[in-house]
Amino acid sequence: MGVKGHAYAKDQAGIITTRIDEIVKWGRKFSLWPLPFGTACCAIEYMGVVASGFDLARFGAEFVRFSPRQSDLLLVAGTINYKIGPVLKRIYDQMCEPKWVISMGACACSGGFYDNYAAIQGIDQIIPVDVFIPGCPPRPEAILDAILKLHEKIDREPARKQKRVTD
Amino acid sequence: MKNELEKLDVYLKELGEIHPDAVGKVGQEVDDAVWVVGRDRVLDVLIWLKDKGFDLLLDIAGVDGLHLGRMERFEVVYILYSIKENIRLRVKVFLPESDLKLPTATDLWQSANWAEREVFDMFGVTFEGHPNLKRILCHHEFEGHALRKDYPMMGGQWCSSTRDLREDLDE
Ligand code: SF4
Repeated sequence: MGVKGHAYAKDQAGIITTRIDEIVKWGRKFSLWPLPFGTACCAIEYMGVVASGFDLARFGAEFVRFSPRQSDLLLVAGTINYKIGPVLKRIYDQMCEPKWVISMGACACSGGFYDNYAAIQGIDQIIPVDVFIPGCPPRPEAILDAILKLHEKIDREPARKQKRVTD
Repeated sequence: MKNELEKLDVYLKELGEIHPDAVGKVGQEVDDAVWVVGRDRVLDVLIWLKDKGFDLLLDIAGVDGLHLGRMERFEVVYILYSIKENIRLRVKVFLPESDLKLPTATDLWQSANWAEREVFDMFGVTFEGHPNLKRILCHHEFEGHALRKDYPMMGGQWCSSTRDLREDLDE
């Protein structure tokens, strides 16, 4: 099941002993609710990942929410320009802790090939990012890999002190 | 193509009878005919063309000729289309940098509304009489005009405020 601990089965009743941190992290890991902040072509690729072909549901992150108050994973897929930048920052601020951010594609990570007056050269200039996915657009496997990387990261973090400092 | 040009020649002659000397130069660029019109005559010509059946204003484009070394730095191009005759026509106006003003065409075509806002946003041409002349693409705190040739190509500007969508709907 993926929880670190001990399992007993005595007289049909299952008992697991573990630490509270472990069970909380286990819950968080396998029920990420992503908010897809899709602004360009990368969002199309993301749709492919959620759909049955690549089936993001296998990793527990298929329940897409379009409200920042109901999601804990901000998935930025597409070009972010200076006009949408403040909106992205505000949506990030509205999400409840704990929250994570995946930056998908060359555009979100670094501005991609749009080095001009309009495009922000990487969303890490306005919000903290946990996992970067390179590619234009990234292959679906890369997106699944990023989700797995995020699982590892959640596992490493202390479960009860996941507050970040943002200004 | 040949029919179009003949038709446009007829139009040109008819226009000349009502507004003599309104059209300065007549030319051909890529696949569209171009009429160069003076700034003070452009509204007359556009009204006349609309009556003649140019019922679509496809786009309004701005051009910055900073490095072309000509007298007037900017040009504004109206791209018109007549559904009935299947003719396309570009009406071009040259504007000096010191006086970037044009009368609005929003009373003729609704599509001029956003197109003029875009030219205003990118080149700083003001359209007098426009109902809502505000930036359409760049952030409302953006300074300068992004498609001018002397605007730095990578000159991004950090803008921090968000706008309430209701503000836009109210207008
Ligand atoms: S990285 Fe490529 S695919 Fe993704 S939004 Fe940018 S241009 Fe589109």
